[in-house]
Amino acid sequence: MTYRVVHYINQFFAGIGGEEKADIAPESRPGVVGPGMALKASFGSQAEIVGTVICGDGYFAENMESATDEVLKLIAEFKPDAFVAGPAFNAGRYGTACGAVCEAVSRQLNIPVVTGMYPENPGVDMYRKSVYIVETEGSARGLKDAAPAMAKLLLKALSPEGLGSPQDDGYLSRGVRINCFFEKTGATRAVEMLIKKLKGEKFETEYPMPSFDRVPPAAALTDLEEATIAVITSGGVVPKGNPDRIESSSASKFGTYSILNVQSANKENYQTAHGGYDPTCVNEDPNRALPVDVLREMEREGVFKKLYEYFSTTVGNGTSTANAKKFGIAIGEQLKKDHVDAVILTST
Amino acid sequence: MHKGGIFVKLELQKALVKGIVWGNKTELLKDSTLQINKNELLEFVSDVENFSAIDADLARPGEKVRIVPVKDVIQPRYKIEGKGQVFPGMISDVETVGEGKTFVLEGAAVVTCGKIINFQEGIIDMSGEGANYTPFSKTMNMVLVVERKEGLENHAYEEACRMAGFKAALYLAKKAYESGAKADSIETYEMPSLSERLSEHPQLPRVAYLYMLQTQGLLHDSYVYGIDVKNIIPTLISPTEIMDGAVVSGNCVSACDKNSTYTHQNNPVINKLYEHHGKDLNFVGVIITNENVTLADKRRSSSYAVKLATMIGVDGLIISEEGFGNPDADLIMNCTKAEKVGIKTVLITDEYAGRDGASQSLADAAPEADAVVTAGNANEIVVLPKMDKIIGFTEYVDIIAGGFDGSLRPDGTIEVELQAITGSTSELGFTNIGAKSW
Repeated sequence: MTYRVVHYINQFFAGIGGEEKADIAPESRPGVVGPGMALKASFGSQAEIVGTVICGDGYFAENMESATDEVLKLIAEFKPDAFVAGPAFNAGRYGTACGAVCEAVSRQLNIPVVTGMYPENPGVDMYRKSVYIVETEGSARGLKDAAPAMAKLLLKALSPEGLGSPQDDGYLSRGVRINCFFEKTGATRAVEMLIKKLKGEKFETEYPMPSFDRVPPAAALTDLEEATIAVITSGGVVPKGNPDRIESSSASKFGTYSILNVQSANKENYQTAHGGYDPTCVNEDPNRALPVDVLREMEREGVFKKLYEYFSTTVGNGTSTANAKKFGIAIGEQLKKDHVDAVILTST
Repeated sequence: MHKGGIFVKLELQKALVKGIVWGNKTELLKDSTLQINKNELLEFVSDVENFSAIDADLARPGEKVRIVPVKDVIQPRYKIEGKGQVFPGMISDVETVGEGKTFVLEGAAVVTCGKIINFQEGIIDMSGEGANYTPFSKTMNMVLVVERKEGLENHAYEEACRMAGFKAALYLAKKAYESGAKADSIETYEMPSLSERLSEHPQLPRVAYLYMLQTQGLLHDSYVYGIDVKNIIPTLISPTEIMDGAVVSGNCVSACDKNSTYTHQNNPVINKLYEHHGKDLNFVGVIITNENVTLADKRRSSSYAVKLATMIGVDGLIISEEGFGNPDADLIMNCTKAEKVGIKTVLITDEYAGRDGASQSLADAAPEADAVVTAGNANEIVVLPKMDKIIGFTEYVDIIAGGFDGSLRPDGTIEVELQAITGSTSELGFTNIGAKSW
């Protein structure tokens, strides 16, 4: 029998348009669209893409809950046996959408789902536990490898034997621990691992420790009156219009903007790009997430010497720890270069 | 030439046991069958003061037999030359052991079975799914089933049961040896003086074994030469002393990852380090340490154990844990303190990642622990088939650690976590089990 497969893609891969068309609402088309051609070739006669569902990345990110329901409804109309999304490569919002739709389809339609992403796509961290994700390259050039790998994984998931281990079937580990029997005893593995470690050779731990950065707090300032203070927020406060298009969730970037001579982060000139909390209050008075007004007051009073002339901002909504770390290091380096003594971090 | 003074050499004379039967005389028959005079054995281990009843049974690999609740497993050994006797400070004098010759009934085991704590004893299945997980489905087992006298407290019952097991192990090896059993193979283990050992193989990294022993107390106890290990500070011991039973189990704790006396006697880490000695590493010794419950104890023991390792000048340490949860903190302290002074470590542990395998596996973690061998997820569920014969008391399966309400199904099958199976996730790395991320 030929399995019925539905494919999900964004507005860009559907050929509708780029960022300017990111707000298009979900729609469905019969048959193959865009990268579905590559998947179709890989499925051969075993599966057929009966329909394609398309949604703008911006629309999905801004209306995640309702968009998921709308997309799910369009998918269900095709009565699929299996579902495939993307590949999203390293596109953060697209990856998040692919993960969210896959998770919803898997839970509600109870059929095999597969997507593909670059390992650092924030969608990987968000959905790897519930969705099978094929590792892809960072850009669309990787489609030629990704499509056959995704097709193969989906067909294996549809087969009576089902999926094997990530190593055997080529998907990103979901982090679920499953017992197995090795060829060698634990003691043998341990001694051999130690020998490699002592020789400085590569070895592979059998249980990668969940480790979190524990950063010890810096020493307190001794001379606040002489200090230059910066302000940074993960609350998404940006100059009006969000010039760098920082994503509303799973941010792939941060922005740094001048506040030279700015006395207040007022609503005429600032807004939030954050999609993870009710923005009403912050949009009414952006100072409440980026307290420029109070800091200027303290600067005048001489509590500290100077407010640093730039602020940095990002959206801390589903942003992967890998991205957050990257942003932090880059921002920190600049602050050090400019001799900033201390930073006030605001979150939401 | 051994200018360093004492030179320890232990010869293990191993006679293979391929069968086990009751008979008139306790001896190893020509076809490698261990024949046991049951009455004589029971008389040797009798303890009228503590036991209201004691019985013995046999279980062979492949039989449809389940042993439950299992307390300890012991290998029959008997010293035929050299100072002291096996299980010093337990059933023998406190004289230091570890040199001379020791006779071993390889392939045989004494299993003790009693209703001590009930919920922290284990299951050994001789066939079926469970047999794949316990190493003691492959041994010819003589099972002692002991019942306590009314009013006997748990700790006294545990001690009496422990001693009966050691006595039975000594009895079997002694009688077999005295009736003329010959070794099928001889293994020699040497441990010269420390100064001499350290000057051997100067080009090879010096490796020691940091051997963590369960000592949380309240029947989570281990003993060395008869001393409760929670009262020691970490100390150096010759691996050959371990082979002679200087360290024994007194544990009533989850069956999967407590080290039975058998696995102490046959510690696979020690065996592997000997195998690689002189080739890839210089095996310089064993440090035993405890897993006490207070923070001060944990800090004291981990600092002292690592200090001992630095005094010896080791480059690498294998660290094995016993148990889980609270001792994870000791494991991580041992690891981080060693790594911080430049000693490279490999840890052996097991995991408690939940029945679905999705939770964090350990109660403590550190980035320094970058080389870990896992003995599997103890929470994983296994279904054990119905057996034709039960040795012991099956009504306790429900309350064995890893069992849960409804474990014993009406049809005789048992649904349990691996945790309930004796030796299934041995943190000495005794078996081939492990786990992978899916």
